[in-house]
Parts: sequence; C-alpha cells; structure tokens
Amino acid sequence: MKTNLKEWKSGVNNGIPIAMGYFAVSFTFGILAKQAGLNPFEAVLMSVTNLTSAGQFAGLTLLSGAAAIVEIVMTQFIINSRYFLMSFALSQKINPNTSIFHRMTMAYGITDEVFGVSIALPRKLSPYYTYGVMSVAIPGWALGTLLGVISGNILPPRLISALSIALYGMLLAVIIPPAKGNKILSGLIVVSMGMSLIFAELPILSSISSGLKIIVLTFVIAGFAAIVFPVKEHAYE
Amino acid sequence: MNNTIFYILVMAVVTYLIRVLPLTLVRKEIKNSFIRSFLYYVPYVTLAVMIFPAILDTTASPWSALVGFVVAMLFAWRGTSLVNVALLSCLSVFVVELLLY
Repeated sequence: MKTNLKEWKSGVNNGIPIAMGYFAVSFTFGILAKQAGLNPFEAVLMSVTNLTSAGQFAGLTLLSGAAAIVEIVMTQFIINSRYFLMSFALSQKINPNTSIFHRMTMAYGITDEVFGVSIALPRKLSPYYTYGVMSVAIPGWALGTLLGVISGNILPPRLISALSIALYGMLLAVIIPPAKGNKILSGLIVVSMGMSLIFAELPILSSISSGLKIIVLTFVIAGFAAIVFPVKEHAYE
Repeated sequence: MNNTIFYILVMAVVTYLIRVLPLTLVRKEIKNSFIRSFLYYVPYVTLAVMIFPAILDTTASPWSALVGFVVAMLFAWRGTSLVNVALLSCLSVFVVELLLY
C-alpha cells in the first residue's frame, strides 16, 4: 500500500506541468467550442470523455459542419490511432499480472503526455503512477475547457501563449535524456523530426492529416530501426 | 439525447476502444525481438514526429516558439527535471514575446 501511495505521489508530481499545459490548450479549446455552438456542459463533456486535443479540435469542425457519423468515426480513428501503439507499448511496461480493472482504467488516461511520462519511468510501470498523473492532468483539462467556454477573455493571451508550449517542453524532457550518449536514439529523433518537417512542408504530402502522418512515420521509422538496430533483451524495462 | 451529445459520445467510444484494446488484450510479455524493438522505439519516434514542427505553431509567434524549443532541448539534454524543463520553456517564450511586442 505504501508503495502505491508513493507511486501515486510521484505521478502527481510529474502531472503538474501536464496539467498546466492542458489548462492552456483546453482553454483555447473551450473558446473554439463556444464558437462552434457548444454549451459549457457539452464542451466539458467532450473534454472529460474524449481527453484528446487533436481529436476534439477535429470533432468541433465536424460537429459544426454537420458531418455524417461515419466521417466522425473515421476521423477519430485516424487522428487517435497513435494511442493504439502507445497502449501496446504500455502493455509491455506494466507487470503482466496487472488486473483487467487497472488496465481498463489506465487506458482511459492514455494521452501523448501521460503516455510519455509513464513510458519514461526507469522501472516497471505501476498503475498508481499513471493514476497520479491522471488525477491532476484530467482536472486541468476539464477546468481549462470550462473557463474557456464561459469566459474566453479572462486570461491574457500572453499567458496562454507561454503556457501552450509547456506540453512540448515536457515531451522533450521525456525523449531527450535517454538519447544523450545513445547514437541510435539521437539519430532516430533527428530523422523523425526531419521527416515530420518534410511531411508538413512538401505540397504533395502536406495534405495528409497529422494523425495519419504520425502513425505512418512511426511504423516506417520505428519499424526500420527495429530491423536494423534490434534492441537487446531487458533494454525495454 | 440531442445530436451533439450523441456525436460526442461516439467520438469518446472510438477513442477509448483504440486505447483499451492493446492494453487489455496483450496480457503477456512479448518475446518476439522485432516487436519488442519496435515498441521500444515507438515513444521516441511518435513523440519526436508530434513535437516538430508542430511546436513552432503553438505560441503567438514562431520565433518565441523556436526559442522555447531550443531552451527545452538544452535543459532536457542537461538532465533538468521534467517540471523545470516545461517551466523554463514557458518562461523563455514569455520573455521573448515581451521583447517582440
């Protein structure tokens, strides 16, 4: 029990910058949700049940465009397909005996950032660590949404702008330290960012949605790396 | 139930299914070396692809974002804690934007 509490606290600690970043992003989401015609209840409901930035922003566009249900399902599927790989990676990071209840609860919290800090742990992942992160990150996401909808101009744009980069800062703090002194990881990060830039800038490729781009590049680059640089046993833990 | 709420719930179900299936269906440790290696590389590749160049569009100006990016890279490289990397990155964006506007 003691270790569970310790894991939870450690998760809360790393969840704080996530909550700050979520607050800024979801505040912006709230403003856009209001413009798209959602009331505060609907906007917060979307944030709490979906818990995904890109998917929700796309969802707003589809809702205000009165899209067909099939279109909404397909869009969410493509944009959020990266969570499938993240969930798969986490399945190997937790103890194989972890109960189905813990697995189902953790799954709800798999966002890019919660995944990032969970997979970066230098030990087996305890569900309580992830719960700790979720217990501050999710309220941050919900509260930002609510305030964005009801009072879009309460926060100075300067503050929102500065806070918006927090999530990227913490994601960098997840992937960069293990790459230090590791040529393969360093190379992979540079190649991934480079390919991502090419996909964003080349006219033919830039029409590909960002969700599709993420999943395609992950399969290609991580698949290539797995063939050329297979990881030795236990390196994963 | 109105249409909007129905759509929101459909989105939530699709997203949850994507998240829950691997974690509940893959109950054993995978022995296959290729899959293990692939999953080991996934976070680095996925997150790197998501960070850049999208990070340049997050703040009010690509220049402040570029500075925030470089600051985060430097401190992350030096092993600064996650919370502090995020805070320093925010702070640098804030200062640059004060100077810009």
